[in-house]
Order: sequence, then C-alpha cells, then structure tokens
Amino acid sequence: MIEEIAARFPYWMCAALIAVGLFGMIQKRSLVKKLIGMNILQSAIILFFVAGGLREGATLPILLEQGAGNADAADYVNPLPHVLMLTAIVVNVAITGVALAFLVRIHREFGSLDEESLIEQVRQ
Amino acid sequence: MVIPVVTRTRSGVAFSLALGGSALSTAASAWALAEVLANGSIRYDLGGWAPPVGIQYVVDEVSAFVALVVTSVATLVIAGTRRWAEREAGARAGPFYALVMLLLAGLGGMVVTADLFNLFVFLEISSLAAYTLVFLGGRAGMLAGFRYLVLGSIGGAFYLLGVGFLYFSTGTLNMEETATILAASPSSRSVQAGAVFIFVGLGLKMALVPLHLWLPDAYTHAPSSVNSLLAPIMTKVGAYAMVRMFLSVFPDGYLKDEALVADGLLVLGLVGIVFGSVAAIRQSDIRRMLAYSSIGQLGLIAVGIGLATPLGLVAALLHVMNHAVMKGTLFLAAASVRLSTGLSSVNGLTGLGRAMPLTMACFTLGALSMVGIPPMAGFFSKWWAAQAGVESGQWVVVAVVLGSSLLTAVYVFIVLERVYLRPALPAEGHEASEETGVPVDETGDAPDASDEGVPAHVRGASESPVDVVLPLAVLALATVVLGVANSFIVTHVLEPGVR
Repeated sequence: MIEEIAARFPYWMCAALIAVGLFGMIQKRSLVKKLIGMNILQSAIILFFVAGGLREGATLPILLEQGAGNADAADYVNPLPHVLMLTAIVVNVAITGVALAFLVRIHREFGSLDEESLIEQVRQ
Repeated sequence: MVIPVVTRTRSGVAFSLALGGSALSTAASAWALAEVLANGSIRYDLGGWAPPVGIQYVVDEVSAFVALVVTSVATLVIAGTRRWAEREAGARAGPFYALVMLLLAGLGGMVVTADLFNLFVFLEISSLAAYTLVFLGGRAGMLAGFRYLVLGSIGGAFYLLGVGFLYFSTGTLNMEETATILAASPSSRSVQAGAVFIFVGLGLKMALVPLHLWLPDAYTHAPSSVNSLLAPIMTKVGAYAMVRMFLSVFPDGYLKDEALVADGLLVLGLVGIVFGSVAAIRQSDIRRMLAYSSIGQLGLIAVGIGLATPLGLVAALLHVMNHAVMKGTLFLAAASVRLSTGLSSVNGLTGLGRAMPLTMACFTLGALSMVGIPPMAGFFSKWWAAQAGVESGQWVVVAVVLGSSLLTAVYVFIVLERVYLRPALPAEGHEASEETGVPVDETGDAPDASDEGVPAHVRGASESPVDVVLPLAVLALATVVLGVANSFIVTHVLEPGVR
C-alpha cells in the first residue's frame, strides 16, 4: 500500500487535494472558504496534468543539437499538458476574479459572507 | 463564426449591435447548415495547423443544426427583451450586451469545436458570462449567481479531469483521433474513469437531476432579460456536448458497453422527468415552475442520449430544438406579463386571457406544445423518444415519456385554467403573490410596487408593445411550424448527422 502510494505520489496527492477542495466547497458556510475550496480543486487538476506530462530522466522539450538526430520523443518531457495548463490557469484566474468581484458586491449589499445569514436575508 | 461579434458591442448602440450580431450569426449558421447539407462537413484548421497538432473546427449536420437553433432563438429573445434590458441594465447596457454576446460566442464555440480542451475553454467562457448575467438579478440573484459559479466550476473542473484521463490514455485531444485510437486499443480503467468524469462535469452544466441544484434559483432570480435567454439555450449546449461525446469522441457502443455512462444517463434522465414535472406542479412562481419543467425536459433529452441508439440521439437533438423554442416562448411570455403587470406568481396570471390576448395565446401554444398535443413540436420529440424506447426494448422509457405528458398537463392546465376560465377575483391572488425573486431594479422604479393589488393589475393590464409580442409570436408559431416540419428535419438533417 505504502509503496503503491509512493510510486504514484503526485496522483494520490491530487486525489487528496480534489477531496479537500470538494469538501471545502460543500461543507464550509463562508463563501470565501467555498471559493478557496474551488481554487484547491482547480489546482489539484493542474497538478494532475503537470504530473502526467512528466517523464523520468527526460529533459526540457527543446531540440538540443540541431540536426544531430536527437529528436527521439522519449528523451523529452511532454510539453503539451503544461501548455494546456497555462490556458487552464488563465481560465481559473478569470473565474476567481469574477467570483471575488461577486463577493465584494455581496458583502456590500448584505454586510455578510455567511451563507446561512445570506439565505435568511434573501427570504425576508 | 460568432466570435468577431464580441468586440463590437461596447459602444452606446449596444442593443442594435447585439441584435444585428446575433442575426448575422443566425444567417451564418443557416448558410453553414445549407452548405453542410449540400457538400458535407466544413472543416477549418485554426491558424493553419492541421490536426492533430492544431485545433480544428468542424461543422457537420448536428453542429450546424444546434448552432442555428441557438442563434435564432437568441436573436428573437434579444429582440423581445429590449425593454427589460433597458430597465434592468439601464445605463450599463453596453457591458450587459457584451456579456450576452460573450455567452453566445462561448456557446457557438462549443458547438463548432472538434478539440476536447478547446471545448473546456468555451464551456468556461459561456459559463462565466452566464454566472455574471444571473448575478445581475438583484439580491436573490447575487446569491443564485455565486452558487451557480461554485457548482458550475466543479462541473468544469470534472470535465477537465476527464479530458486529462483521456489525453494520457490516447495522447490526443482531437475528437476524431480520440475515437480512432480508443476503437483500436483495449479497454482501460483510466478511459472509463475519464468518461465518467466528463459526463459528471457535463451533467452539472446541463442540470441532470442530482446535479440540478443551481438551476431553479438561477432561473428564478436572474433578470427577466437573462432568464429568457439562458433557459432556452444554455443547458441545451451542455446536452449537445454530451451528444458530441457519443457521436465523435467515443467509438460506437463504447459508452454503453464499457463505461456504464449510457445507462447512468438513462436512469438519471428518467428520474429527472418525473422529479422535474412533479416539482413543477407545486411551484407558485411561474418562473420557478418553468425552471423545474426545464429539469424534466432535460431529463427527456438525457433519456434520448442514454438510449445510445441513432433513433435516441435523433429524439434528443429534436427535443433540444423543440425545448429551446418552447421554453423561449414561455419565458418570454412570462416576461411580457411581468412587464405589463409586475407579477410573476401563477395566481397573478388569473384573468389575463382577456387583458393580454396575444401574449396568452403564445403562452398557450408553448404550453400545449410542452404537453405534447399532436400538431405541435413537443409531441414529435416525445414520439421519437418513445419510438427509440420501443426499438431498444426499454418499456420503462415509453411509460415514463407518456406519463410525463400527463404530469406536464397537470401544471400547464393549472396555469391555463387561471388564465382563461377564472374571472379576475380580487381576493384570489393575495396569498401567493409574494415573490422572493423580485428583480431589484437598479434604478428604483420597480414594477412590482403594485404587488398587493391583484385586481388592479388585471384591470390595468394591457397587451405588451409590439416589439415584445412580435418575437414572442414568431417563437410561438415556430412551435407549430417545427412540429409540422419535424419529419423533414429528422430525415434531412438529423439522421445523416447521427450516422
């Protein structure tokens, strides 16, 4: 069991982070904490992609010796997941930004970020 | 196709630009559909990089069809809700319409892309615009918008995780390549896990039943100009993405035999039909009733997809169109009533059959279509769904689809009875006219001030102006026309598309 976890440490790590993130989003009453949970969840997925692109003993995905025939793909880290994650990070930043703007507006309107008290106030 | 429109909407004449832009993209989608039917799929390599290196856009029969439905309904809704947008967005009409266009651009991109990761990006673009639009709906809308954001990003994250599993198993993000590689390779746990994650993610976006929690609040509390736009098209494109997974990404029968996704969809869809319809009966707010009925109708779409036969997919796609048109009609009619009377409770509709004959006639057409009265569009998608159920021997599906018509009839006739048969009784509407989701009007002149005096609203109510009624009438007539034309649509557009 322990060897299994050690061998695939990044994957176990991100499974744990996903669980933590989901827990935060569902369980916490404060909207800010829900947002933090969301960020943890998104980071976990970024970690998953980045770890998946990694290859033991490989190098940067830059063609080292021009024309030397060293173009064996197995020698390089897979760059595509990393590039995808750049885009995903941008998307996540956009979502977080919008969410924070929402929170500022909600706080101004209700004077609170506690979910229960917000629901209470909306009902009235 | 829709994308260049976004940048142009920041000026003062935002409404005309938004309307013109969406009309233009409707025309472009119509042209694309004609082109696809005549000459086969259109392919466009983004930046000149051919797949698998680059991102490819593919317009085939199915995507052109969905694009046309989305853009044309959106155009009519934008035209019909101008007065609401003026009232709700006021001086900020520019940013408001920019968001609407961003939403359409995201949805359009989702429809045409042939790249799994690109789909994620467009999914988040359209969702982000939708969260913000819902957020504009006053105090209750803020809370609904934030909830929608939290749940929606869980959906997006799950979809991305599923794409990650698929990518690491196949090494490609192009949909067709994925299908080729998956067909050749033995089944693996990680592909199955990926499929499940993708469908949970998309299920959240399309409000499949246990994942529907964001929808009723979002539709009820969003501004009227927004919920008439979101309700018809937003979840439909999520459903389209699911159909796309069945058609292009996973090989034939893969999702049925290997991943249990199809059966899961079928069961959840059936539960959704029953749950949505029963919940709709109990609602006293017309928008909330329509929102729950959306959940039921999306269940029907999920059932069609879950059958995983060509006939089932035809039924699902046909219902995507029919439901977009019907819900567009109903939400627009509800917005028209609110424009005139300021009320949105079911009781508030009492006696309006005489005061607002045109709006109510359109509402009736849309409602009857949803029940599934024969010449109307709604009947035919149910017919095809039932037929697909018979074909694959799933009698439960047939029973539930037919039963859902009865349940729909219950809540529809509750409304229609009030509209036409009851005189406007003074005391009648009082208890139920309290609504939580009054769109807090930014400018302060909320129309809901007359909430207390129910008889007054009926006396004072008159038909909405022509620019509201005209798009409404077009949509309502479309439910009839599309019903009559359904066999043409199925044999010429959908059947070649799903093969």
